[in-house]
Amino acid sequence: MARPSLRKKGGAANGRGKAAPRRVMAQVAMVMNLDKCIGCHTCSVTCKQTWTNRPGTEYVWFNNVETRPGQGYPRGYEDQDRWNGGWTLNRRGRLVPRAGGRFRRLSGIFANPDLPELNDYYEPWTYDYATLTDAPLGDDVPTAAPRSLIDGRPTSVEWGPNWDDDLGGGPAHVANDPMLRKIGDGIKLEYEQSFMFYLPRICEHCLNPSCVAACPSGALYKRIEDGIVLVDQDRCRGWRMCVSGCPYKKIYFNHRTGKAEKCTLCYPRIEAGEPTVCSETCVGRLRYLGVILYDPDRVGEAASVEDDRDLYEAQLGCFLDPDDPQVAAAAEASGVPHDWVTAARRSPVHALINKYRVALPLHPEYRTMPMVWYIPPLSPIVDALAETGNDGEDAGNLFGAIESLRIPVSYLAELFTAGDEEPVRASLRKLAAMRAHMRRVNLGEPEDPSIAGSVGMDTDQMRAMYRLLALAKYDERYVIPTAYSGGSFTGHADHGCSLEGPGGPGMMDGDAAGEAFHAPPLVPAPSSAAGEGDGDGPRRVNLLNWNGHGRPAGLFPPRAAGEES
Amino acid sequence: MRHLHIALWGVLPYLVLVLFLAGSAWRYQYDRFGITTRSSQLHESRLLRVASPMFHIGLLLVIGGHVIGLIVPESLTEALRVPESAYRANALLVGGLAGTAAVAGLSVLIWRRLSTRAVRESSTRSDRALYPVLVTVLVAGLVATLAGSASGDYDYRLGVSIWFRSLFELDPNVDAMRDAPLVFQVHTLTGMALFALWPFSRLVHAFAAPVGYLVRPYVVYRSRRPAPARALDGRPDRA
Ligand code: SF4
Ligand code: SF4
Repeated sequence: MARPSLRKKGGAANGRGKAAPRRVMAQVAMVMNLDKCIGCHTCSVTCKQTWTNRPGTEYVWFNNVETRPGQGYPRGYEDQDRWNGGWTLNRRGRLVPRAGGRFRRLSGIFANPDLPELNDYYEPWTYDYATLTDAPLGDDVPTAAPRSLIDGRPTSVEWGPNWDDDLGGGPAHVANDPMLRKIGDGIKLEYEQSFMFYLPRICEHCLNPSCVAACPSGALYKRIEDGIVLVDQDRCRGWRMCVSGCPYKKIYFNHRTGKAEKCTLCYPRIEAGEPTVCSETCVGRLRYLGVILYDPDRVGEAASVEDDRDLYEAQLGCFLDPDDPQVAAAAEASGVPHDWVTAARRSPVHALINKYRVALPLHPEYRTMPMVWYIPPLSPIVDALAETGNDGEDAGNLFGAIESLRIPVSYLAELFTAGDEEPVRASLRKLAAMRAHMRRVNLGEPEDPSIAGSVGMDTDQMRAMYRLLALAKYDERYVIPTAYSGGSFTGHADHGCSLEGPGGPGMMDGDAAGEAFHAPPLVPAPSSAAGEGDGDGPRRVNLLNWNGHGRPAGLFPPRAAGEES
Repeated sequence: MRHLHIALWGVLPYLVLVLFLAGSAWRYQYDRFGITTRSSQLHESRLLRVASPMFHIGLLLVIGGHVIGLIVPESLTEALRVPESAYRANALLVGGLAGTAAVAGLSVLIWRRLSTRAVRESSTRSDRALYPVLVTVLVAGLVATLAGSASGDYDYRLGVSIWFRSLFELDPNVDAMRDAPLVFQVHTLTGMALFALWPFSRLVHAFAAPVGYLVRPYVVYRSRRPAPARALDGRPDRA
C-alpha cells in the first residue's frame, strides 16, 4: 500500500505510478463537514417525511444525527462484539462476514441471533391528541398521553431515537458509548470538561457492502452505474440478515411489510442530478455530493489488509485520479460516460478526500469500505484556546492546541481511522492552517505561504479549500451528473419502480387521508390535462411549487374535460 | 358414505393440487412483494430464537420422513432387506422426535403470538386461519405416528401410502383411505387444507428457501435497469 505522505500538489495514494486500471467504476459519494453541523436534525426530519413516514417504519430513520460521545441509534450499534456486523479476517487472512460464512448464515436462518430488537432502537409513540379536544368538561386540564405506535396501548416514553442528544442523560448514558469505552478512562465526562459534537449518519453505500453479502435472497445489490446500494423489494423475503450484517445498522426491517428497507441515497433525485433530500435541506450546508472513480479490482485486496489502521490508506488506494488521462480512458472504456468523468474532476468529494485529504471514513475497521466520509470537527479547539487568552486563530497556537484539544484526537481516531491518530491530526492541522491563512487574507496582511507549506499545501489550495468549505456554494457542493444506463434515459415515468409495491418505501399510506395525496395518481392522465406530466405515464405532482392556496395543479385526475381549472 | 369417500379421497386431492399450483403461480405473478417470512423477531426475540428453529427443523425432518414413507413402497425396503421392525423403530424414533419438536416449537410460537401484544397485533387474517390447521395437522400426525407405530395394528405403508401413490396414477385408491383409522384421515384431510392455504398464507415463504446463496458471490451488482428493449444506435437523441 502507498505510504501515508502529504504531497505538494494534488492528492496522494491514488495509485499513481501503478499501471492503468483494468476497470473503472463510478460512485456517488458524500462528505460531511462536521465542523458545521449544528445538530438541528432538519436532515433527519426531511428524510423521514420523504421516505419513512409510513406504518411499519415509524421507528426508522434513514438519516439520524447522533451526539458524540453517545450511544447512537440503535443503542451501542458500534459494538461489533455484540452485533457481529461487517467483515473480519479469518484465520487464513481471508475476508469473511463477521457473523459467519454462507453455511453458518443459512443454519441460523430461522432466527437471526444478532438482530437488534425494537427496544434497541426505541418504541415509537404518538400522543392522544384527540383527548385535548374531546375530553368532557371537568376540573382537570386534559392531557395528551403517549401511546405506542406498535400496539396502540398507552405507553411510557423511556427512550427515543435521540435520547442522549446534547449529552442528555449525562455521564450515565454517555459512558455506554462503545468508542469511549475503547479509549479508556482518560476521558473526562465531568460537565466542566465534557465535549460533544454531532455526527449525522446515513447509509454509507459501501464499496464492499456487508449487507449485500449477508442477504440470502440476493435482493440487495450495489448499482453498477452509481454505486448506490438498494433493496429489491420484490425479491426481499424478510430473512433480516442484512439488518444485522450492516455494522452501521443502516438497514431496517419494516414490520408491516416484512421487508428490509434502507437509505436509497434519494436515487430518484440523484438520477436527475439533484442532491439528496438530507443534503438539500441541510441547514449547515455541510454535505457534499460528487462522483468518485475507483478501481473495483483493488477493493477486495484493500478490504483485507491485515492491520485495521491501514484500511484508511488502503481505501484511498482504490480511488482513481480522474485528471489522469489513463484513468479517464479506462473509465470511458468501462462504460462510464464522459460527463461522469468530467464531473469526477470537479467533484468536491474527490477534492476533500483525495486532493486535500481532510475527509476521513467512518469506522474503516468494519472493512465495508464506506463511501460517506467526514471532516473532523475543529471549532471547540479554537474556542477553548481563545478562553485562555491566546489568539485562537494564530497558526502556531492552533497547531499546539491540536495536541491538547478539547475533543480528544484519540476519540476522533476511534471513529474515523480505527484508532490511528496521525490522519486525524493531519486533517485538523490543515483546517487550522486554512483558518490562519484566511485570517491574514481577511485582515489585509500579506499571505504567508509557510502556513500552507507547513501542512503540505500551497496558497492556491488553501483558497480553493476555503471556498469549498467555508463559502460552500450550492453548485460546488453538489456536482452530480445525471443518470445513464445502456444508452437512453428518458425519465422514470415509463418504467415501474420496485419500491412502489403496496406499503413499500415508494408508496405512501393510502388510508391516512393527510398523506394520500403523495401517491402518484393511478389513472394515467390524458395528455391534454393540466399538471406536470403531459405524457401518458403516471403524473407527478410537485408540491414544492404549490403556494398553499387552492388545489395543486394535477393533484386529482380531471373528472370531466371542462372541469379542470 | 361411498360418495363422500370418493369426494374426499378421489376428487378433493385434485382440486387442492390445482388450487395449490394455480395459487402459487398467481401469487408469484401478482404479489411477489407479498412473499416474505413476515417475521416478528423485531418485536420479540427471546422465545423466537428457541422455538422457531425447533419448529422449522422439526418440520423439515417430518417432511423428509413423509417423502420416504409415502413414496418409497414397502416392496422396495423389503427388497433392500430393511427389517420391518427396524423401519418402524426408526420411523417412530426420528419421526416421533421430529414431530414432537415441531409441535413443541409451534406451541411456543403460538403462545408467543398470543401473549406478546405487538406480535398479536401484527397477525393477519390468514394467520388466524393457518395456525389452527397447522396445529391439527401436526398433532394428528404425531398421534398417528406414536399410536399407530407403537400398537402396530395399522401399517400406513399398505394403506395411506398406496392411496397417495395411486393419486399420481390418476386412479385414486379410495378404499385404501376409507379403511384407514380416523387419525390418519384427519391428518390427511387437514394436510390437504394446508396445501390449499399454502399460496395464500405466509407459508409461501417456504418457496423462497435461499439455497442459491451457497453458490453466489457475496457482493451482488446490478445495472440500473435492464438494457432497453428497442435496439438503439447508442445515441439517446435517436431513440
Ligand atoms: S452502510 Fe449501507 S451499504 Fe454499508 S453495509 Fe450498511 S447498509 Fe450496506
Ligand atoms: S441538517 Fe445539517 S446541520 Fe442540521 S443536523 Fe442535519 S447535517 Fe447537521
